[in-house]
Amino acid sequence: MNHSTLLHLLSQRFPEHIHILTLADGKHMPTIEIPREQIKPVLNFLKSDPKISMSFLTDLCGVHFPDQAGKELSVVYHLHSFIHNLRLRIKVFCPIDEPAVPSVTDIYAAANWMERETYDFFGILFEGHPDLRRILNVDEMDYFPLRKEYPLEDMTREDKDDRYFGREGHEGVTFDKRVDRQ
Amino acid sequence: MTKRLRLVILKDNFRIMSDIKFAQAPTGVEGQGFFATSLDQVIGLARANSIWPLPFATSCCGIEFMATMGSNYDLARFGMERLSFSPRQADLLMVMGTVAKKMGPVLKLVYEQMAEPRWVLSVGACACSGGIFDTYSVLQGIDKVIPVDVYVPGCPPRPEQIIDGIMKIQELVKHESLRRRHSPQYQELMASYNIQ
Repeated sequence: MNHSTLLHLLSQRFPEHIHILTLADGKHMPTIEIPREQIKPVLNFLKSDPKISMSFLTDLCGVHFPDQAGKELSVVYHLHSFIHNLRLRIKVFCPIDEPAVPSVTDIYAAANWMERETYDFFGILFEGHPDLRRILNVDEMDYFPLRKEYPLEDMTREDKDDRYFGREGHEGVTFDKRVDRQ
Repeated sequence: MTKRLRLVILKDNFRIMSDIKFAQAPTGVEGQGFFATSLDQVIGLARANSIWPLPFATSCCGIEFMATMGSNYDLARFGMERLSFSPRQADLLMVMGTVAKKMGPVLKLVYEQMAEPRWVLSVGACACSGGIFDTYSVLQGIDKVIPVDVYVPGCPPRPEQIIDGIMKIQELVKHESLRRRHSPQYQELMASYNIQ
């Protein structure tokens, strides 16, 4: 069993849905893209098929691509098969005004906290998640901080000069105002 | 060597070995068999030399604090032999390291559990101002949550700087009026942090 047979098996099982983005080349694991409705059947197949048996969900995370119209938000799944030493990366996309992806917590229990984290930072709603609430940020936070439209900096600070951050014309405390205050 | 000379050398050695500095006595009236001064100063002297610190160490500044506590720098010289890991028995809250916004309420709770009089030492750039972590998840200085008495800058500060901050705290403790915690200014300060 190797990566090319894995991709072959997958394409056979889901002929219309598998879109191969990169192949495995010694260094990198193969990457496929699938429609979000297919994530549960595909993961079920990869986990339960004895020839593949990907029993370990290594990682689940979100990505925001603000310029990809209709495919702004992405969820990335990393899978690992201990038995055959295979790895696979699966990407699922959804539009930003309808950020919903089926939850895979009933297939991999490890997805629980990772989906909560992805919700916390990107606002992706995992349908069927047993307890979808913030996990790392404060509960009172009212936005999703890793979406690109939000600045990284703390927005409560008043002591910064916008010109030194390339934000000319942006409302804020300027050097001149600070001099006036003294 | 004569017996007399040997004695002198012995005495000299003893003097060097026992070069103990005593805390300076407060100003007052002194006479044979009595010494009179104000209660404020006596209590201040006792408090300043027996502070029980509570270390609230969250990152690398905590490592510097461990060095400060260790035998090389030896914080015990300042009467801080005992670290209090219970806020109930602590006099000085030492906040060392980055405090995330989610940690803010925890820090405030620890402060509220301390009995008056209490002092706060903020160690390191992160605790003082957020430091390099100018980001949505990090508290931009612990003085957004609790009042701070002394700030020690540095990233991280060396043990000498932490000791300097501690000595500044000792000065504050020594000269604090016993009525300060009942003053309207102090009540106002506490109210501005929404602390009872």
